[in-house]
Amino acid sequence: MTAGRGLAPVRTELPNGVRLLVQPSRVTPAVTLHLSLEAGTVCDPDGLGGVAHFLSKVIDRGAGDWTGDEIGESLDGRGASLVVSVNRHALTLVTTCLAEDFAALVRLLAVVVMRPTLPETEVALRRGEVLTLIRQDQDNPAVVAVERLAAELYGRAHPYGRPSRGTAESVRGIGRDALAAFHRARVGPSTLTLAVVGDVEPEAASDVVAAAFGDWDAPVSPGSVLQPVPPATGRRAVVVPMMNKAQADIAYGFVTIARTDPAFHAAWVMNNILGQYSMGGRLGDSIRERQGMAYYAMTQFDPAVLPSPLVVRAGVDPANVERTVASIDAEIAAFLAGGPTEKELAESKQYLIGSLPRQLETHAAIARFLQTVEFFGLGLDYDRRLPGLLRAVTRDEVMASARALLDPARATVVVAGPYAGGLA
Amino acid sequence: MIVSRPYNPGMATSAGGPSPAVQEAVLDNGLRVLVLPVHTAPLASVWCWYRVGSKDEAPGLTGASHWVEHMNFKGSTNIPRDQVKGIIEQYGGYWNGYTWIDQTTYTETATRDALDRMLFIEAERMGGCLYDPEDCESERTVIISELQGGQNDPDQLLDEELVASAFRAHPYRHPTIGWLSDLRAMTRDDLYAHYRRFYVPNNATLVVVGDVEVDDVLRRVDGHFGRIPGGDVGRRLRTQEPEPLGERRVTVAREGQAAYLKVAHRAPAFAEDDFFPMLVLDAVLTGAKGVNLWASFRTPPPQRSARLYHALVNSGLASSVSGALMPTEDPFVYTISATAAEGTPLASVEAALVAELDRVRVLGITPDELRKAQTQLRARSVFENDSIVNIGHQLGFFATIASWRDYADIARRIEHVTPEAVAAAAARLVPASRTVGWFDPSAAAVDGPR
Repeated sequence: MTAGRGLAPVRTELPNGVRLLVQPSRVTPAVTLHLSLEAGTVCDPDGLGGVAHFLSKVIDRGAGDWTGDEIGESLDGRGASLVVSVNRHALTLVTTCLAEDFAALVRLLAVVVMRPTLPETEVALRRGEVLTLIRQDQDNPAVVAVERLAAELYGRAHPYGRPSRGTAESVRGIGRDALAAFHRARVGPSTLTLAVVGDVEPEAASDVVAAAFGDWDAPVSPGSVLQPVPPATGRRAVVVPMMNKAQADIAYGFVTIARTDPAFHAAWVMNNILGQYSMGGRLGDSIRERQGMAYYAMTQFDPAVLPSPLVVRAGVDPANVERTVASIDAEIAAFLAGGPTEKELAESKQYLIGSLPRQLETHAAIARFLQTVEFFGLGLDYDRRLPGLLRAVTRDEVMASARALLDPARATVVVAGPYAGGLA
Repeated sequence: MIVSRPYNPGMATSAGGPSPAVQEAVLDNGLRVLVLPVHTAPLASVWCWYRVGSKDEAPGLTGASHWVEHMNFKGSTNIPRDQVKGIIEQYGGYWNGYTWIDQTTYTETATRDALDRMLFIEAERMGGCLYDPEDCESERTVIISELQGGQNDPDQLLDEELVASAFRAHPYRHPTIGWLSDLRAMTRDDLYAHYRRFYVPNNATLVVVGDVEVDDVLRRVDGHFGRIPGGDVGRRLRTQEPEPLGERRVTVAREGQAAYLKVAHRAPAFAEDDFFPMLVLDAVLTGAKGVNLWASFRTPPPQRSARLYHALVNSGLASSVSGALMPTEDPFVYTISATAAEGTPLASVEAALVAELDRVRVLGITPDELRKAQTQLRARSVFENDSIVNIGHQLGFFATIASWRDYADIARRIEHVTPEAVAAAAARLVPASRTVGWFDPSAAAVDGPR
């Protein structure tokens, strides 16, 4: 691999708009195929929450002349599993196959993406699976806490505030027609990017992809315009009692910034110091290491198109909920007052820079990275520019980032679990 | 130090490049060292494995191995407590550890210039951890929090009950994290005694994989570990699980939103002839997982044409099905798990599952199914060795439960499985060796605890 010297992906665009990124790598005689469609949950029409997720469950269950079983047989016979998933902005199809199976799998996935048949029997079966997944989510305090936090931060009608799988009610209302309409509206050459990483030559990969997708003509509807939400003006606390559980999950967060915000790299370093570095940064030090209250205490920060949440997460004994929330408040207040030490700043930057070769070791990880680069327009040399961008972050910028994004007086706090106390 | 000749395990680590070769050495104190240069990225991965897991714990001390693992991240003679944080992160590195029924392991992966640092950390961990009483107390509540977090998950709760019911005598019956009462009662001295007994070089295997040179690694290893004295781990808890006399059943009656079924049968140990035929059988029933516990969680198995996927998921009885056959030192359980579809009674899911088990037990598998399972397992073995971390894991894992040379032999053993051998392995799926577990929210509504 070339991770030591940086990636050198070859980018091409077919005349119909399909984008292709190929990164050859000979770590294993295998290829990862990562297809990303701009058809994420933000594209769910109003009242049809969960349609993008539902499509991800049924898109590969019959396509063109293939039945669902024939597609399954074709994948299984090669030892390949196809993982179809959805996040806010993308519906992705990812598979890793032996290099010898690459061309056959591109052809198969092209039919799956372009011409899913969405058979009624499969729609009914997968609806049952989705309903079970929703019930499992409702029984999982960690999921309940995080989904409720999103609803509180953005409102339940906002694309970032809705549960990604929809509700039992909305999913029961989604039929074959709604799935087909969603596919027509959002799946086309102009929304598709393929990342191909592994034991394959760029030219050969490009020929295979052009042959499979080149004739595809399917204009899509424009994506919905996303409206940012105003920042929280005060503190909110919500308790979701789940008295059949053993442990309470806390999700404590703020709406912060978008991925393309010029302050992103400073916020990334700030987040690492506060809730990531080593075992959960300063928060892990306090809540896990010094006070022994939680197996995990850390932050999650995954910026997207709109300003996205920074979330502090911890799982604790219900008797420790209030102490934990107070500790989160105290750590954030201390960070706002004193900022990071020079040592903390240097260590986090060094870690984020030094971990890049490790983060880009496997074919699947490189493919995921390339899709992020393409989606946000970061540039094909982003992996080589990234160390410089991180190195340039100053202590003042980290302080400014913390002061702009964090404030205990404006935090939204959700607790889900065997806790019925009155959290302030 | 005894250095053996290079051994070529035939791994697909560098297609078209030079053939990789594992170099094995044993230090005078008994530490086994395995080195495999892989020059695909400027990284090195270190794994240090100990032959101690939850099966080495007597009643009253369950969970000691896992708690000891936690304590071994809290400073040592030459790594002050306040310098633990960042010790490997400074190199962009990642470190972690895990404990299971047969083993405890620690790993660091970082840029190759951190090799000496990684070896130093592992030598300190083996020889000089502190076990400060305050740290032991603080970690007690962290581990209880880990246990309670696991109990939030109905699947994990059921698995614990199922395994506890499947074994009467063998210490595989208790969960690796331990029973809550033991976690509350164990003392600092219990933990320290467990640590001192098992953390000796002659009970360990050190694995180094990555952008390294063998001679350089061995010289550094000798410098860091050579002075640590060997020790006697004493007589290990050993017992053979008696043959079960009939089916066992357990129902977890808790509130919940979904119902879960688990069916376990006695599995072969990794070293038994039946293991690879059983692995093929599992692939036919639920799709091939491969044999890398560290990597197999990342990618779901190819299972859409598997028998139980058809019988349970495509029939609408269940929303998911999975199988788990783990490579273990002693015979463990082969577990099939399913989540019931909304409104489907667990009894219906169980009846359909048992009908498939009976069918494969009587009729065996077809030659086409055998070929497909072998293809899947071959592909998985490429995918699960896609990084130096995964290769290092596999070498150490098999060195700990059997021999690392068995790892090199996996591909050959899969190719040699015959339909007859699979039919013989399928004979294990008899009702008499079965344990059935239900997580049944409808039972909780009647008389279950809240």
